[in-house]
Amino acid sequence: MDYSKILSKTASEIKPSGIRKFFDLLSAGDMSDVVALTVGQPDFVTPWHIREAGIESLEEGKTYYTSNAGLTELRNEISLYLNRRFNLSYNPGNEIIVTVGGSEAIDLAVRAIVNPGDEVIIAMPAFVCYPPIVSLAGGIPVLIPTKEENEFKLTPEELKSAITPKTKLLILPYPNNPTGAIMDYEDLSKIADILRDTDIMVLSDEIYAELTFGQKHVSIASLPGMRERTIIASGFSKAYAMTGWRLGYVVAPEQVTSVIYKIHQFAIMCAPTTSQFAAIQALKKGDDDIEYMAEEYNRRRRYIVAGLRSIGFPCFEPKGAFYVWPNISGFGLSSDEFCEKLMYEGRVAIVPGTAFGDCGEGYARLSYAYSVEHITKALDGIENFVKKIR
Amino acid sequence: MNEMNALLNLLENDARLTPEQIAIMLDKEVGDIKKLIYEYEKDGVILGYKAMIDWDKIEREYVSAMIELKVTPQRDKGFGSIAEKITRYPEVQSVYLMSGSFDILVLIEGRTMKEVAFFVAEKLSPMDSITSTSTHFVLRKYKDRGVVYGVPEVDIRGSLV
Repeated sequence: MDYSKILSKTASEIKPSGIRKFFDLLSAGDMSDVVALTVGQPDFVTPWHIREAGIESLEEGKTYYTSNAGLTELRNEISLYLNRRFNLSYNPGNEIIVTVGGSEAIDLAVRAIVNPGDEVIIAMPAFVCYPPIVSLAGGIPVLIPTKEENEFKLTPEELKSAITPKTKLLILPYPNNPTGAIMDYEDLSKIADILRDTDIMVLSDEIYAELTFGQKHVSIASLPGMRERTIIASGFSKAYAMTGWRLGYVVAPEQVTSVIYKIHQFAIMCAPTTSQFAAIQALKKGDDDIEYMAEEYNRRRRYIVAGLRSIGFPCFEPKGAFYVWPNISGFGLSSDEFCEKLMYEGRVAIVPGTAFGDCGEGYARLSYAYSVEHITKALDGIENFVKKIR
Repeated sequence: MNEMNALLNLLENDARLTPEQIAIMLDKEVGDIKKLIYEYEKDGVILGYKAMIDWDKIEREYVSAMIELKVTPQRDKGFGSIAEKITRYPEVQSVYLMSGSFDILVLIEGRTMKEVAFFVAEKLSPMDSITSTSTHFVLRKYKDRGVVYGVPEVDIRGSLV
């Protein structure tokens, strides 16, 4: 059979994740001694009291589907949580939908907004999923490369110049994976000033909202006039170290969630029930866990930034998430070449910046969701490698 | 978190961290961290720096036991003087005053069960104020001081994102 005639053209044309490509290299040959700083998930295990809540729900036989939007109690807790921590106010009855991770929330939001041919502006570099999801929905990704001199924030000028009559949605991924950039109230105000006079919606991916350092995360939805034009995608993975539970949520004005609801209802039915019960416990009793883990990440952040700078890399100081984004362009190698060489010769694995968009050229992403001991080992390996190729 | 507690927590988890590393992690001056550590050592807050070793992985005769002691407290001295006497034996790893059905718990390490049993029979039991002993040998250590014993964990986290 000629599958090329059978398979969906749009789906077939999607490029595989650049991170994946790099990992295929890593899994080929004997790489067991390679020290990796590559993962995008916490090294903490989900706090025990949260796991226990999931286990108890299984012991009690709670193995049914929940309502499509998720358990009422969970949606109530999400509403309280968003209010408590980010000063947001959403009706748990019709403005919150529990999803299979933040990823589903992003997919739902894009599919609910985008018509074929609509343009979606994406601040880059960014997590790998946005452009393919936009393409699958028939939209056209319009990528804005953010710049180091602007601390990898989206500037109002950049946004303005990307807007056309076809612009439907702005994807705002802050705190940012991979750069660690954040946007504060003032930065967001300038973006909001531009959007308020338009019909452009914002998809704010706030999965790293609990991991900001030195200042609290601000949601663009909390700015005047922005609630009505914002969809927030978030989840439990990063804040509570719950990646494997696959649980997130999407919140938006009721007119938007009513459409999102339909897609979710037919594509997914409902998020995993065990995970939902665990998440209730996380929201009720997990604030201390968040603080504890965030403080741990903060120490490692300072440590890895200082380490990279002392090796000689110009390194933007990340203010959120758990990644650093050093400039590795000073060696006459492309990002891909540098990272491949570092892996084969220096026995340290990091992700080339180009995995997060073309504008990632010249950079690499290092995760510090690892123990200090592990980070030290990796930094030593990088330092030795750099000495050799300099 | 209280800054001084942060320093102690870091060292409690990894005593090999250098003052330079700690200073970076806590965003402090190296000199201040060194001074703090020195003061903690001087005041007996930090008492030592030891490695966690799983002796079962090494060819070495080793056994440990917990011994419950019932003790008649001494006039004016309570349990203090007998406890202090017990601490002097190098075989003794820990001595705790306990609530409940016995008074003092002693952790002992030795090469063989026989050695530990003789220690109890010859050194502890004869002490005047000790009225009874009960020895429990440790068969296997699963977790000690927050560290899980056994096979080191392998990082199997997926790297998709």
